[in-house]
Amino acid sequence: MLPAPGPIEFRVNGVARAPCVHPMRRLLDVLREDLALTGTKEGCGEGECGACAVLIDGQLVDSCLVPVAQVRGCDVTTIEGMADGTSLAVIQQAFIDHGGAQCGICTPGMILAARELLDRVSRPGEADIREALAGNICRCTGYTRIFESVLKAIELERGGGRAR
Amino acid sequence: MAAVRGDVGDFELVTARTLGEACDRVAEGYKPLAGGTDVMVLLSSGKLRHPKWVDISGVDELRQVRADEGMFEMGALTTYTGVRRHPLLSRELPMLAQAASETGGIAIQNRGTLGGNIGNASPAADSPPALLAYGAEVVLVSRRGERTVPYATFHTGYKQTVATPDELVARILVPRGDPGRVHYYRKVGPRRAQAISKVCFAACADREGARVLGVKIALGGVAPVPIRALEAEQAILAGESVERVSAALARGIVPIDDVRSNALYRRRVADNLLRDFLRHVALPS
Repeated sequence: MLPAPGPIEFRVNGVARAPCVHPMRRLLDVLREDLALTGTKEGCGEGECGACAVLIDGQLVDSCLVPVAQVRGCDVTTIEGMADGTSLAVIQQAFIDHGGAQCGICTPGMILAARELLDRVSRPGEADIREALAGNICRCTGYTRIFESVLKAIELERGGGRAR
Repeated sequence: MAAVRGDVGDFELVTARTLGEACDRVAEGYKPLAGGTDVMVLLSSGKLRHPKWVDISGVDELRQVRADEGMFEMGALTTYTGVRRHPLLSRELPMLAQAASETGGIAIQNRGTLGGNIGNASPAADSPPALLAYGAEVVLVSRRGERTVPYATFHTGYKQTVATPDELVARILVPRGDPGRVHYYRKVGPRRAQAISKVCFAACADREGARVLGVKIALGGVAPVPIRALEAEQAILAGESVERVSAALARGIVPIDDVRSNALYRRRVADNLLRDFLRHVALPS
């Protein structure tokens, strides 16, 4: 017989967590079902759609493809970690202001993919945005407004220095 | 019928911290799990059959990338992102870097590994044609030691490799090329981003003026394994006409009808890519 699962310790949005779960469980399921963080969505369950995207130590991943054992000791960031209390992150506000969200299922993944881009590339252009979001599928077909939202967030974060 | 997700209770996942531990576990019947981009897809769709898995993602010995005088050594855990961001790999092995940048989106590239891409042995994978055309070798490791096999002999059949059940892919070796080498890589799938290939074509040529001194062509998606187009290469070196090179390629591939495409289309695309390679890269006017 296998021993009962021990706690798997990691941080989610800066908070230490230690759920007692099977090591093979998908990070997506542990976030949603054990930690009640339902902002992360399940779309395809096979790494095609990006709805479940989160950051592990700042790196964008599809949480449906990560066995929870692999985040032991890591920092996980989900959409719930983007806002500071009731104050939305710049990217979130840009999605609201520019119509970047329709049904909302793809939005958390889009925002985390955009966050990773802004952390990785100092002055991303439209080609960078298209590449960064290529793994995130929107079935409301709102890509243009999503790209506009990210461009606007870049302008705001970089102090408005970038002309459109 | 809708797929039912696998129950994690049916599986065991242990963690290896060192290469020695990883080899011990694999010898005990555990299969390796690294980026999870293949294994976890099977779990999600209820198609994962093997019960015992060992997480090797933390094994540092499998993560190193080294550039020696004549050879690149890439640890099996090298991710697509790792290939793209490595300044020497991306400059000297542009076909591999392009394969990496066209595999999935950023989230997949951050996790998927070269060792997994060849070990999983899908005939539609994107890095194998580049590795074949570059003349790669694969280092396999087990408790018995290491052995090196030419990548051209690594795949033995659909999803089959020469690796024995107790062996892990440790490293991939690629000779550093002539700086004047011409590289051509193209994958064709249903869309540009985040799609699995119907046909994948990688070719490189060493030239002196208009004369082709050496050429290697490799394809994915046109046979049960990624293949070299040896007869077409010979025809190019012999200075044969485009039509004869095309006929030689056609004799060397055996595409099938499957869920992603059909044989006729794959033949047509493979031929178009060959002609594009000949026109734009190998045979300057």
